[in-house]
Amino acid sequence: MHSKTYRTPGAASAGGVRDAFKVSAWVIFASMMGFGSLARVSGLTLGVSMVSSGAIWGLPGQIAFAELYATGAPVLAIVLAVSLANVRFLPMIVAMMPLFGEGVKNRAWHYVLAQLASVNTWAAAMRVCPHLPHELRAPYYVGFSIVCLLSGLAGTATGFVLAVELPPVVTLSLVFLNPVYFTIVFADVRHRSGVIALLIGAVGGPLFYQVSTDWGLLATGGIGGALAYFVDRILRRRHG
Amino acid sequence: MDEIGLWLLLILAIGATYVWRGLGVVISGRINPEGEAFKVVSCIAYALLAGLISRMIVLPAGTLAETPVFDRVFSTIVGVGVFFLFKRNVLLGTFSGVAVFFVLSVMRAGS
Repeated sequence: MHSKTYRTPGAASAGGVRDAFKVSAWVIFASMMGFGSLARVSGLTLGVSMVSSGAIWGLPGQIAFAELYATGAPVLAIVLAVSLANVRFLPMIVAMMPLFGEGVKNRAWHYVLAQLASVNTWAAAMRVCPHLPHELRAPYYVGFSIVCLLSGLAGTATGFVLAVELPPVVTLSLVFLNPVYFTIVFADVRHRSGVIALLIGAVGGPLFYQVSTDWGLLATGGIGGALAYFVDRILRRRHG
Repeated sequence: MDEIGLWLLLILAIGATYVWRGLGVVISGRINPEGEAFKVVSCIAYALLAGLISRMIVLPAGTLAETPVFDRVFSTIVGVGVFFLFKRNVLLGTFSGVAVFFVLSVMRAGS
């Protein structure tokens, strides 16, 4: 599937651009369109919505941002929730950066490559780059990522604008796109600790929210996540 | 919160996300991405996100709260079902869930 050989960095970038248009760009456009509508009904401005898509560049954190802003949570609760919603970037980047170590000697660029990572671009890098020569990996990844980023910005703007141009029932459906999309993404999680954490979190989220609208989400992550980790540990000891 | 406050909040949120990316670059090559510490981190992230998403479906804030909980839960189940039936097609699953929700909402508005 990825047996294509690129001869130059330009060709590798173009290959990344083409691959991005196969599936990722469309999924990102649709999901960011949902976010754009959510952002609008949550009271964010178009500028803030677009910059959050381009610079947070992690949909779970963006949704937490819009939702908690709308419910009037304190600044610290919002910032912590956004951060924890996007904490997956840490292990993702740790796993991905060695791919670029030999091709990109200037380490400053590594911090730029890290900013481009999202679930989609990371998965593409992990799948394709090991089969490319070192000097062509970053060009491929950057080409792929730029398309995804632009598609995310276009989706955000589209969703934001459509949220008032169309009848309320359409806006409602676009906002609803966010939880449906993520339920599907989560339904595909296979590893045991992830499944346990998702189930505990899904039950804990609404419960803790009723205890505290401001801090319930963080409690769900902290308490639910720790509980899931220990349940998984016990199961590992028993069943390996 | 005024618009300046909103922008400041956004800048904090961007920084709070970038912390993990930057830290990832700093420690990459020195730490095993499959290790225990990352397992805890990933459990916290999954629990927090599942909590946020299930709350948006069961106890939504804002306009979604005006729709019946049955519509939201049923549409989500349809979306997940279509996703698995059609070779894990994320776009098709998402579209189906949203479409069912849209049709249910239109029917209720009409009746």
